[in-house]
Amino acid sequence: MRSIISVLLENESGALARVVGLFAQRAYNIESLTVSPTNDLTLSRMTITTEVDCKATLEQMMKQLHKLVDVLRVSELTEGSHVERELMLLKVRTPNSEVREEIKRSADIYRGQIVDITPNLYTIQLTGACSKLDAFLATLEESSEIVEVVRSGVCGIARGEKALRG
Amino acid sequence: MEMLSGAEMVVRSLQDEGIEHIFGYPGGSVLDIYDAIFQSDKIEHYLVRHEQAAVHMADAYSRATGKVGTVLVTAGPGATNCITGIATAYMDSIPLVVLSGQVPTNWIGDDAFQETDMIGVSRPVVKHSFSCRTAEEIPIAIKKAFYIASTGRPGPVVIDLPKDVQNPLNKFPYEYPKSVSLRSYSPTLSGHKGQIKRAVAALLSAKKPVLYVGGGSIIANASKQVLELAEKLNLPVTNTLMGLGAFPGEHKQFIGMLGMHGTYEANLSMHNADLIFSAGARFDDRVTNNVDKFCPNAKIMQIDIDPTSISKNIHADLPIVGSIEVVLQQMLDLLEETKATNDSESIDAWWDQINEWRAKDCLAYEKSDTHIKPQQVIECLYKVTKGDAIVTSDVGQHQMVAAQYYPFKEPRQWINSGGAGTMGFGLPAAMGCKIAFPDRPVVCVTGDGSIQMNIQELSTCMQYNIPVVILLLNNRSLGMVKQWQKMFYGGRQSHSYMDSVPDFVKLSEAYNHIGIKVDTIDELEPALERAFELKERVVFVDVAIDPEEHVYPMQVKFGSMQDMYLSKTERTDA
Repeated sequence: MRSIISVLLENESGALARVVGLFAQRAYNIESLTVSPTNDLTLSRMTITTEVDCKATLEQMMKQLHKLVDVLRVSELTEGSHVERELMLLKVRTPNSEVREEIKRSADIYRGQIVDITPNLYTIQLTGACSKLDAFLATLEESSEIVEVVRSGVCGIARGEKALRG
Repeated sequence: MEMLSGAEMVVRSLQDEGIEHIFGYPGGSVLDIYDAIFQSDKIEHYLVRHEQAAVHMADAYSRATGKVGTVLVTAGPGATNCITGIATAYMDSIPLVVLSGQVPTNWIGDDAFQETDMIGVSRPVVKHSFSCRTAEEIPIAIKKAFYIASTGRPGPVVIDLPKDVQNPLNKFPYEYPKSVSLRSYSPTLSGHKGQIKRAVAALLSAKKPVLYVGGGSIIANASKQVLELAEKLNLPVTNTLMGLGAFPGEHKQFIGMLGMHGTYEANLSMHNADLIFSAGARFDDRVTNNVDKFCPNAKIMQIDIDPTSISKNIHADLPIVGSIEVVLQQMLDLLEETKATNDSESIDAWWDQINEWRAKDCLAYEKSDTHIKPQQVIECLYKVTKGDAIVTSDVGQHQMVAAQYYPFKEPRQWINSGGAGTMGFGLPAAMGCKIAFPDRPVVCVTGDGSIQMNIQELSTCMQYNIPVVILLLNNRSLGMVKQWQKMFYGGRQSHSYMDSVPDFVKLSEAYNHIGIKVDTIDELEPALERAFELKERVVFVDVAIDPEEHVYPMQVKFGSMQDMYLSKTERTDA
């Protein structure tokens, strides 16, 4: 099952390495990981998406994360109502006006934006849940050649009053 | 405010932390710290012959005293030589602070001479680590390191100290913090009140309970509570390899060690129990055997200070996070308050059953006219030391035999590498214990494989006169490896035979120690008597034992707890 884990940790050198090391050491899988300082610059917020085989593994994973001395809070997002977003930037080949129009139409439907243009390429920006980005990629593959893709990994937050704070 | 250099701050911080002994080895990137040590009269430093031994000495010093062990080494190989020692301490939750030198900050990343990323290399086997990039950070890093190492589930902490940070020419204001708190780290000590109530109720209603006591009970100094609870409710008690001594080995309620080489009665009691109450044990694979067949009828109750240890291998029906000492005291208080007790009739019936299993006398062994049996050696050691010695061991058959045949009276008396299984641990461990308790007899029970993994420390013993007894169960082979090869590899003894074991008597004499060779059973007791009488000398007793002896009982692979080989010819599940 797919899980999204939010981690609030000290913004200190070595903290990220400890989290990544933990996943490698215990043979846990990381699908994506994003990390950045929060509004409080002494703290970092991390979102990890992972595939686990059962609930017990997820529980152990969260306990192991919490055991790291740098980690303040750990919470799982998919158990409750939440918002998740991923940013994707991609370049597609635009050999002729027909393809250009088709891509523009698709981008509009998915609420993507074309952020850069060359005679041969469009660079498109798209945000949304992973499944939306996957669907957009599949659509583009039908009409053009995808040259390059970069995805940020998932950023997530719980809906409602619930908050992960220091 | 007092002005000190980084190097002086390291030494002063250790002093202010109350550290009296440190174990280490100098080198280029810690020369300034060593110079500061030279000028301190409060810290006693022991120079080892290999850094791994320094860590084992500090580790055993900690296991024997409950204090934090401290190590100082140089960068690069000095630091990496510590890794096995650090991993050993990590697996057994032993508090250590390891200070390692590092190349100057402006050289980090340049592959400078003796540069190793110690923080990176040690990361998987430390509880936490610090890298000091300025001298001002040193006192707070050291304070935090000792705090983290010794609280919660203890463990080793590494502090990396680049050379320029130690510079004796640059002085900074020094103040050692009185206390420290970390917003991201606050171990839970008391158990949840509701869980305590439920635990007491479960314990009172159990008809076939077993108290399963691990090393966590020793670390938490909970032996008093373990004993009180066990006696109050007449519970059968089993200790893990790491828990030996937490409950007295000669107590009538002690049913022996459990697990791979546990007693028949301990393993059968576990398998047939209706309640397993684990206090500071972690359901290690050497205890559970096949987890799918583990204790089919038992409700599992588990106390541990480390939430990750709970339900990791075996699901706990009733988990309690907290210090063993505090939680057991909470349970005792509740029992006292409610005056409730368990049903003595069903407990008596349970004891009748256990005593039937006990009657099998699974540790009985056949004596031989031609060979000394390893069991005889440990029994003799027990007799000669009256059960009062601190016993350290290496890893292998001798370790299991010592665990089975020396009933430990008290906690911190049995010092061994349980989790990591580190050969070479025994001798430096004995030295660490002897430094902590110069007036107590300390013996290292070892094998001819293990002792050669840190034999160079005989030289350290000579330099500082650390009079330990080394008791070598010499079977001229890697006994446990050979046992497995005989049992599971068609007897093919691939590289488990030592073709050239040295003359240990001569070797001891070369280091100005006393060596005694024992070839017959008649020589054994006088040799041990003499070894412990020579209180001022290191005595190396080399006992030629039966090379064909196996350790039994032994659990059958992939079986349940009760599936065991009881001898070369008998097994329980056949």
